[in-house]
Parts: sequence; C-alpha cells; structure tokens
Amino acid sequence: MSATAEGPVLDIRGLRVTFTGGARPVRAVDDVSLAIARGEVVALLGESGSGKSVTLRSVLRLHPPRKTRIEGTIRVDGTDVMTLEGAALAAFRGKGASMIFQEPMLALDPVYSVGDQIVEAILRHERMSRAQARQRALEWFEHVRIPSPERRLEAYPHEMSGGMRQRAMIALALACNPKLLLADEPTTALDATVQVQILLLLRELQRELGLSMLFVTHDIGVAVEVADRIAVMYAGRIVEIGSVRDVIRTPRHPYTAGLLATRAHGGRLSGNRLPAIAGSPPDLANLPPGCAFAPRCGHAGESCMHEAPPVVAIGAGHEARCVLLKTAA
Amino acid sequence: MRAATAEAFVRSPGYWVTVLRRFARDPVAVGAAMVVLGLILMAVFAPWLAPQDPLQGMTLKRLRPPGTDGHPLGTDELGRDMLSRLIHGARISLFMGIVPVFTALVAGAAIGIVAGYAGGWTNTVLMRTMDVFFAFPSVLLAVALAGALGPGILNSIIALTLVFVPPIARVAESVTTGVRSRDYVEAAKASGAGALTIIRKHVLGNVLGPIFVYAMSLIAVCMILASGLSFLGLGVKPPMPDWGLMLNTLRTAIYTQPLLCALPGVMIFITSISFNIMTDGLRSAMDIKA
Amino acid sequence: MAALLEVRGLVKNFPVRTDLFGRVKSFVSAVDEVDFDLHEGETLGVVGESGCGKSTTARLLLHLIEPTAGTIRFEGRTVGTAELPWKAFRRQVQMVFQDSYASLNPRLTVAESIAFGPMVHGLSRREAEARANALLERVGLEPNRIAGRFTHELSGGQRQRVNIARALALHPRVLVLDEAVSALDKSVEAQVLNLLLDLKEEFRLTYLFISHDLEVVRFMATRVLVMYLGRVAELGPTEALYTGSRHPYTTALLGSLLSMDPDRRTDAAPISGDPPNPIDPPAGCRFHTRCASAEPVCAARHPALTVLGGGHAVACHMSEPGSGHSRAAGRAA
Repeated sequence: MSATAEGPVLDIRGLRVTFTGGARPVRAVDDVSLAIARGEVVALLGESGSGKSVTLRSVLRLHPPRKTRIEGTIRVDGTDVMTLEGAALAAFRGKGASMIFQEPMLALDPVYSVGDQIVEAILRHERMSRAQARQRALEWFEHVRIPSPERRLEAYPHEMSGGMRQRAMIALALACNPKLLLADEPTTALDATVQVQILLLLRELQRELGLSMLFVTHDIGVAVEVADRIAVMYAGRIVEIGSVRDVIRTPRHPYTAGLLATRAHGGRLSGNRLPAIAGSPPDLANLPPGCAFAPRCGHAGESCMHEAPPVVAIGAGHEARCVLLKTAA
Repeated sequence: MRAATAEAFVRSPGYWVTVLRRFARDPVAVGAAMVVLGLILMAVFAPWLAPQDPLQGMTLKRLRPPGTDGHPLGTDELGRDMLSRLIHGARISLFMGIVPVFTALVAGAAIGIVAGYAGGWTNTVLMRTMDVFFAFPSVLLAVALAGALGPGILNSIIALTLVFVPPIARVAESVTTGVRSRDYVEAAKASGAGALTIIRKHVLGNVLGPIFVYAMSLIAVCMILASGLSFLGLGVKPPMPDWGLMLNTLRTAIYTQPLLCALPGVMIFITSISFNIMTDGLRSAMDIKA
Repeated sequence: MAALLEVRGLVKNFPVRTDLFGRVKSFVSAVDEVDFDLHEGETLGVVGESGCGKSTTARLLLHLIEPTAGTIRFEGRTVGTAELPWKAFRRQVQMVFQDSYASLNPRLTVAESIAFGPMVHGLSRREAEARANALLERVGLEPNRIAGRFTHELSGGQRQRVNIARALALHPRVLVLDEAVSALDKSVEAQVLNLLLDLKEEFRLTYLFISHDLEVVRFMATRVLVMYLGRVAELGPTEALYTGSRHPYTTALLGSLLSMDPDRRTDAAPISGDPPNPIDPPAGCRFHTRCASAEPVCAARHPALTVLGGGHAVACHMSEPGSGHSRAAGRAA
C-alpha cells in the first residue's frame, strides 16, 4: 500500500473489459491506457457504448465478476486495484477512490436521511465518534454550499431538489478524502441553469482541495469546463487524447473532428444542414476487423478496413489512433 | 425507385418465436419443462401406463415397502399398487392445479385489464373489491369457501378459482396501468384510434404474456392448496387417487413405512418445483431487451 | 397572416392531494394561461427547464390529457367541437416522442406500427403497408431490411426515424416534436435534425419543436417560446431572442450555455438554486424567487405579456410600462 509521492494517482494500463453474460461476448473496453497526475482532471468523452462509463466503473471494480472479464492493470496511488478482494476492496471504495453518479436519486438510499448516509460512510472508513463524524458531514455540507446545512442533513433524498441532491452526493463522495474522484455524467440529468452551478462547484472544490478527477461525459461543452485533458473514446478505445486546447482547437482524429463540427452552434442560415457523421455506432459484439470508425469515416481508405490503427503522437501529450496521421507525419 | 425489391425482405421472427429460442438456451428451464410435459403425458395416458388397477386392493398385501415383487413402489394401507395410484393421481392432481388457475386467469385478466385501462372510479371499485378477498390468506380463504360450498371436486375447483381471481386481477391491473401510460399507447390515441382498437392492438399483446406467466406460477400453489383441501377431506373423496388425499390416508403409517408415505409428497414437490422453474425460465426468456 | 393553430388560455392543473371526498386539496400548476400561435410553415421552438410545462403543453395540444381550461383553434375552427372533432384534428397534428423505444409497441413490426394510424383512418392493410414502406424509404431506412423488424432490434437513431415515419403516416400538416432528438447521441442527432429539415421542406410541414437544448432550438426554430413554471416568459423571433433577450430568465438560460472555449470558461452561474416545485408555485411572477432584479411588485402580481414589436413579447414587469417596477418605463399614455 505504499504511496509513491510522484507517481500518477490513477494509472490504467492495457485495460480490456469483456462482458460474457450474453449470447456473444461484448468487448466494451479495449486496450485503454490512461494516467492521471495528482491534482489533474481528465475528461473521458464519448457517446453511448463508447466504453467511457465501463472504464470508470472498472476503477472501483463495480462490474459483476461472474459476467465480466477484466484484463490489464489499474493502480490508484500505487495500490493494485485488480488484486483487492473482500474487506480490502470495500475499504478502497470510498476511501481510495469514490464516485459521483448521474442520478443521485438512485445512488442515495431513500430510507435514510442524507446526513446519516454520510456519517455511515465516514464511520466505515475512519476511527472517530458519531458526533465527530456528524461534525465532518456538516463541514462537507458547508463546503458544497448547501444552504442551512444543519437542517438539510436531516432531509431525505426525495425532499431535496435535483441540484441539492447532487451537492449532497458530492459531499458524500468527498467525505472520506478519497485520493481519486470519479464522476459519471454528474450534470447530465440536471437543468441547464443548475448544471452550470454544479460544474462551477466541482471546479472550485478541485482547485481548493487539489482533487484528482476522472470525469465521464458525452458533452464536449462540459468537458471543456472542467478538464485539463480530454480523452475521446469510440467503440471501447481511446481514439484521441490531449490537452483541452489541442483536442478542441486542433482535433486530429476524424471522429473528434466530426463530433466538434456536428454540434449545432450559433445561428443557422436558412437552408443550411449540419455536417453530420453518417451511420451509427458499431455493434460491440461484432466489431469490424480494422478501425472501428472506418465505416463512418469520410477519409477511410482500404487499409482502415483491415488494420487496427496505430497510436500516433502528434505533439506534446497529444496522440490519436489513426492511420491517416501516420502517413501525414 | 424500387431497386431494393431484388433484395430479400427481412422479416424478424415473431415475439413468441424469439421467446421460445431464448427459452431453449436455458437448460434448467428446458429440463423442468420436460418434466412438466412428462407429468401431463403421464396423466393423459394413465390407464395405459399404470400396471394395475389403482382402486383394486389386496388386503393381504397392505403397506408393502417399495421394491416389493410386483409392486415396484409398494402398496398402500388398503393393499393398492402405489405406482398405479401415483400415475392415476397425476390426473386429478394436475386437473385440480390447472383448471382453477385457468378459470381464474380468464376472470382475473378481464377484471384487471378493464380496471387498469379505464382507471378512475371503475378501477377503484373493481380493485377494492378484489382487495377484500385478497386480505385473507389464500389457504384460509380456500378452506372457508370449500367448507361453505361443501366437499367435492367441483366445489373445490370453484373455491380455488375464487382464491386466485384477486391476485391475477391485481397483476393484470398493474401491468395494464404500466402499458396504458406508455408512449406508444399515447401515440395510438394521437392517431385517432378508439379505446377498443387500442386495447386489442396495443394493450393485450403486451399484457397477456406477463399475466400468463404469473398464472403459470400459481399452478404449483393451486395444486398444493387442492392437495390441502383433499387432505382436510374437503376436496377429492376416497377412493379416488389424488396425491394430497394419499398423503392424508398414508400418514398413519408414517412410522412403519416412512418411504412409502413420502411418495405422494415427492410427486407434489417435483410437480410444483418443475412448474416454478419453467415459469422462471419463461419469464426471463420473455424479457427481450437487446 | 392568420395562424394555423391558435392556443388561448391553456391551463392544466394536476391534482396531487385529494381529501376523503375526492376534492382537490393541492395541485401542480403544470400549464397556466398559455397563449401562442403557430403559423403555417414555421418552426416554433419551445424551451424551458424540467417542470416548465413544455411537454404538458404538447400533450394538451393533442388532447392526450384533458385540459383544465383553454381553447385550441385550427384554421379558425375550434378543436373538439362539431366544427372540428378530435379525430379529424389528429390527422392534421401528429407527435414524435422523446423515448424512441417506449413510443413503439414492442410486439408490432415496424411496418405494422407505421400502418396502424392509416388503418384507423380507413385505409386497407395493403394500402397502409405500402404507405409505410414509402415513408421508411423517405426517412432513410431500407424497407426491405427494416419493415419486418421489431423495435428492439434497431438502434436509437433508426427507431426515432421510424417514429417520424409513423407520425407522417397520416399526412399531417403539423408535427409536435417533444424532445425528439434529446435521447440521441450527438453524431446521430445531427442526422435526424437534417432529416427533419428535409421533411419539412418536402411535405410543407409546420413544427412545434420542444427541447431543453438551446443550441438545437436555435438551429431549428424560426421563433422561440420560453416557458418557466407553466407560464410563457418570452416569445420572439429566434435571433432577436437569442441576441437581445428581455426576460431575466431567458438571459439566465442563455448565460448557462457552455462556451466550448477553454479560454473563456464560465466563471459565475447566471442564477442560483433550482427551479421551484410546481406544486403551489410562487405568487406573482413565478420567476421572482430566483430573479436578481425582483422588486415587491414582482411578488404581488403576474406580469402581463407585453408586446415589444417585431413579434417579440415578454412577460416581465421591467418591460411593462407603468408596472410599478423601478426599471419599467412610466405609465403609458
């Protein structure tokens, strides 16, 4: 359990997740490697079925073990997550890494008050009295800027508004000072005016506490707001990774470029159409042999259909998985 | 325009075909279904399968243990062949398990679907009436009704039917309420369809499956209740071979021939567990999502 | 220009608690005194957050739920009367729902789903299925591959195309699109938006386009209606409203749009808190509890919808001359 001071907080290498429960095995995540430095925020960006949430959940080992095959290594602050079992795994969840979910209404237990749930979480991981734990829960409620926190600790999840519940969820996730915060689309279910508030809160907390965070989202705008780096996923693989500026301003993978172009942004001259990406995402149980994006790609050549594309370094920390970049370089 | 006609028209297999295919992939459920099928065949062909007359006893050969010469499963307290009685017993026992449930299925589904689709006052009146019956434990209700109607097969079928109408109606109502608020029913309304067309085309197809599966799971319960009624002397009357009744009459020999006494119970157990596993498999096969 | 569809005084209250005798004790005021016109050939965007009543408005329009009050007129004829019965009206106005899966009957094939409406209106099965195939082709799906399939075998984008085909099967003149692209991935959303634009031109359709996504509404709509807690906050031509919003709520909503620019990240939330509970909503202007410019008059009475010119109208005391708000112009002569 030795914590290396300078190493990355999260180090995923060669992660491959296969769901074996169905008729055919589904390769949800394929050869994903990703490191997050201390105090860094990385956004995993992708559409449904891209493997972004599966990757995130693998860090906490939340997949049912009998129906999932996980290969590769995941280290959180030096701890090998893959070897954790039983009590060690339970101790790791919440303390080593903790998670904010998309739907706090589903993630919070409806029959206990929110305060009790935070106190329970603290007592599960730390040696302290109930009164001390309650005091700490109160402090966290103040941290996440819940108005009249004493009273709100007594509230049940259904008595809170959507934004308030998500703040409570963040307090619960941070209550044991985890080394890594995992966020699974935490603002997707919220209204636009509330989403901004939660994003700002997460950014402030991140800066104040120096949090390391893996943030999953399908919304490029959200990724730009919170992340230092963006990793774009498609069909289980990271197809492009780089600093937010590089990925947004000079996207090099055709999928990233298409995704950025396809957003309705600003006004429209009448008669205009959006530059859409043709086709639909591939069936993960039946992936094409070459590049998974090739069937939808406007630039795809013959080799894209057969060869898996290599990772090409474009600039400092900017990489993409595309044959075209190789020939261009 | 019609260049595509050369290409073969793809038609997906129907819903039930897909369900059967999925069911066939579940070996445990298929095994249970085979057992159920075997029991039904056994009941149908009982007169040809049974080696001896199930009613003809031999006073000299009473309570012989299984393995006795000429009586592979022994004889009962009146010297009747156990094997023959168990085979014939399947007829009345399965009949008593299946008929009340199916009668209750027709009545309960009708009540529940009407209540669920109509909503409002119709729903309140129908479902509260059902709740009155539902408030009693089913065993108690069956015994009380059968007691009030008097012993006999027909009366116990009536009693058991009445016991199973409320739970089926309740399931039918909740499934229908769920389907009624689905967008596709709204879309059908928006296209100007009337209530009867919507029920026929959009509601029935989506609710009958789950209701049917629920009813199937009640067959085992019904069989056990029927056996209980016979055991109490309210259902089938001797000398008719019925597993519940056999359990009752053999219980006096529990210390001398325990194995023999257990046989009717084993049959009830096998039947009910097979029905349960089969319906479980059917339920998960019907859950087609992706 | 006379409006194709005129909605006046639309109100819907959902009872939430009733006493022992079935009398309503409290209710959700989902839609309150909503007026708007839909002109032939336009796309009217409706935006607002959850609980603002935009979906309820759509359902009221198609009479999927009974309105508490209000009238709808189609080409000058009052809907639901002898002038224009509901069934006849529904041939003209159809809806596409958000959840592409829930809005198709899982037991019917794609062709059966699309053919259902025309058959209700008297077409033979053969004719209806021929129409279904033609429409499938029009929405970019191959009839031979798709018509005989069940919905769970299709992707989300394909299902939503089927829903659009189904809505078009009665040859309606108005489509109500209730968050029709919200559940789709961005790359598929763009395809469906383009399809909707094509269909609109080809079939000369009029759209009521409901969405929580302001960017998508800006792309699609010619006019925009902003709703807040069941009431109309602002209404106007798209660009006028997006570049010169007059209601503080519209301004806040537009201020919540993310910049997409790493060097211009949002640094302050335009408003705090969540939309209030639509059960027993605040008196007066429903936005006053979150509004930075609120004054006593805002809590006292509802602002009227004030016409600003150029088709732009706003329900705010600040824009209503003589309202008593310090920023309002003096009493009009």
